[in-house]
Amino acid sequence: MKKLVLAAAVLGFSALSASAVEKAPLKIGALLAVTGPAAFLGAPEARTLEMLVEELNAKGGIDGRKIQLVVKDTTGSPEKAVSFAKQLIEEEQVFAIIGPATSGETLQIKAIVEEAKALLISCAAAEKIVDPVAAHVFNVAPKDRYAAEMIFRQMKKMGVKKFGLLSSNTGFGTAGKEQVEKGAAAAGLEIAANEVYDKAATDLTAEVTKLKAAGVDAILNWSIEPAQAIVIKNARQIGLTIPIFQSHGFANIQYARTAGAAAEGVMFPASRIVVADALPAKHPQKAVVMAYKSAYEKKYKEDVSTFGGHAWDALQILVRAVQSAGLDREKVRTAIENMKGHVGTAGVFNYSPTDHNGLTIDAFAMLTVKDGKFVMLGE
Amino acid sequence: MSLELVLQYLVAGLTYGTIYAVVGVGFNIIYNATGIINFAQGEFVMLGGMTAVTLHGLVPLPLAIAGAVAVTMVVGALIEVSFIRWLRKPSVLRMVVITIGISIVVREGALLLWGESVRALPYFTGNEVTSLAFAGVHVSPQVLWSLATCLAIVGFLWFFFQHTSVGRQMRACAANRDAAALCGIPTRNLVTLSFVLSAGIGALAGCVVSPITYTSYGIGSGLAIKGFTVAILGGLGNSMAAVGAGFLVGILEAASVSLLPAAYKDAVSVALLLAILFLRPSGIFGSSAVERLRAH
Repeated sequence: MKKLVLAAAVLGFSALSASAVEKAPLKIGALLAVTGPAAFLGAPEARTLEMLVEELNAKGGIDGRKIQLVVKDTTGSPEKAVSFAKQLIEEEQVFAIIGPATSGETLQIKAIVEEAKALLISCAAAEKIVDPVAAHVFNVAPKDRYAAEMIFRQMKKMGVKKFGLLSSNTGFGTAGKEQVEKGAAAAGLEIAANEVYDKAATDLTAEVTKLKAAGVDAILNWSIEPAQAIVIKNARQIGLTIPIFQSHGFANIQYARTAGAAAEGVMFPASRIVVADALPAKHPQKAVVMAYKSAYEKKYKEDVSTFGGHAWDALQILVRAVQSAGLDREKVRTAIENMKGHVGTAGVFNYSPTDHNGLTIDAFAMLTVKDGKFVMLGE
Repeated sequence: MSLELVLQYLVAGLTYGTIYAVVGVGFNIIYNATGIINFAQGEFVMLGGMTAVTLHGLVPLPLAIAGAVAVTMVVGALIEVSFIRWLRKPSVLRMVVITIGISIVVREGALLLWGESVRALPYFTGNEVTSLAFAGVHVSPQVLWSLATCLAIVGFLWFFFQHTSVGRQMRACAANRDAAALCGIPTRNLVTLSFVLSAGIGALAGCVVSPITYTSYGIGSGLAIKGFTVAILGGLGNSMAAVGAGFLVGILEAASVSLLPAAYKDAVSVALLLAILFLRPSGIFGSSAVERLRAH
């Protein structure tokens, strides 16, 4: 036994000295819900990061340093996100953290990151992540407020007067609900029914019946779980034929497929990545989204989603900042803050000291489902 | 509220109730044979749904469902033979811990095998938007399929436990395993059979509800909680009672949505469970379940 320990120690030592010849790798942490109910966000994000890190390392890494990715699976639980965040910062001493995938988790770790002066680039969308601005917290997903505004515009165009709002009891659902409640009146729309359901809901017939009873002209659902496919199914099954709107959480073709015929005509705002093929060649994002899409789809044999795109954007922004500012975390932070015109999958990023999101409402396009596919909503 | 709306809420309650009941009855078989709650029951439901979705890529729907039920039954047998059969005198607590462990292993295995994506079988009749309308009240045909399956399962179980020799032996086995063994009843084989049966019933439930609820590797525990609730509410060991309790919970939940904010839906069913446990510990349709549990 003793010999074994000794041998292990010698081996470990020699491995250590071998790597010391090269430059130490750059450790980047990722807090992602790779499994659990938010896995459809976290799993493509983790895969994207792995793919991109592999690609960057094959090209020699950043500044001669290989990137070492440390992925922690939070399963979408804010409690786990908190303890993993501490672990990444204190034990792993990562240079920066990418993720979490969900707003609830990000909001839980915002203060921890800020206090430790770590660097966080979140893939989640809630307004509160960057408002109030925390010096060391950025995000790459377009704000909920813009998504809500896009939906309101479309509702007004279609002559909707009052709508029913459904949301799930998650960080994403709650944050979206707040933005919709805040903006609806200003847009001249009435929320005639406003219901929250459990994120693990398996059937929502009673909830949509309540909307039917309230006599709404349209339904807006704000969630990221399978429930968003269940809502539209149940609404159609009880004979509601009114327009159905979803949040940008719907931008995963899986849900359009599982909802089948019920998904037809559902309208939602999303980044252009999900309709990459339909973008005109001269669109500024065309090259970036096609590069990501083709690499991802070739490697993983599954459709690209907005969410994987967020991880792509987060790491690219970080890499670009490190390339220009070196390995001083504070300088990198400042470099991100001053980054202008960075073309990503979600849009064109223009960060500033007061705007740690960098995107505008133009990051969204209004999409709809036609024959089981996402297409741009016709004017 | 118009009559039409009241009835529509009733249909919603019926839908919830059917899902809960069809999952809940599965708990009763293993309970009837061993006196324990199998906390991996939800995983059988998940396995059934997921296997059927996979098989449906290769064979027609009825065959896919039959195949999924068969596969899950084999898994049920394997689980019993490898984890439970060799235990000499398993205490209730030990069995509970083992079944919880099994549920975790099965869930993680499913994650490795199928990934995290959400799937569903196609609707047995029509599609996602089809509904049958009776006087302005709409119901999805899949709800009727689930309801029919649920009633068929209950009918089968009632006949099996009351009117077949094997079923009676199984009940004897639960009441007093030592005495049953002394009477020449092959108690170990019966326990294996109870796992096979409840795996099969769980899998069937997983197939019929999957177009409604969707299925993914992690759906088992969520469904099992509600199924367990209605099994307890009705009175453990009694399948018909579980169905009755399922409808009661479902309809109450739907009624609560119509009156209260929908967020209280689950609170209502848990409050009901607590009330029943205080007032009628043996369940609404009071069998002597608790005494049987105490006898162990």
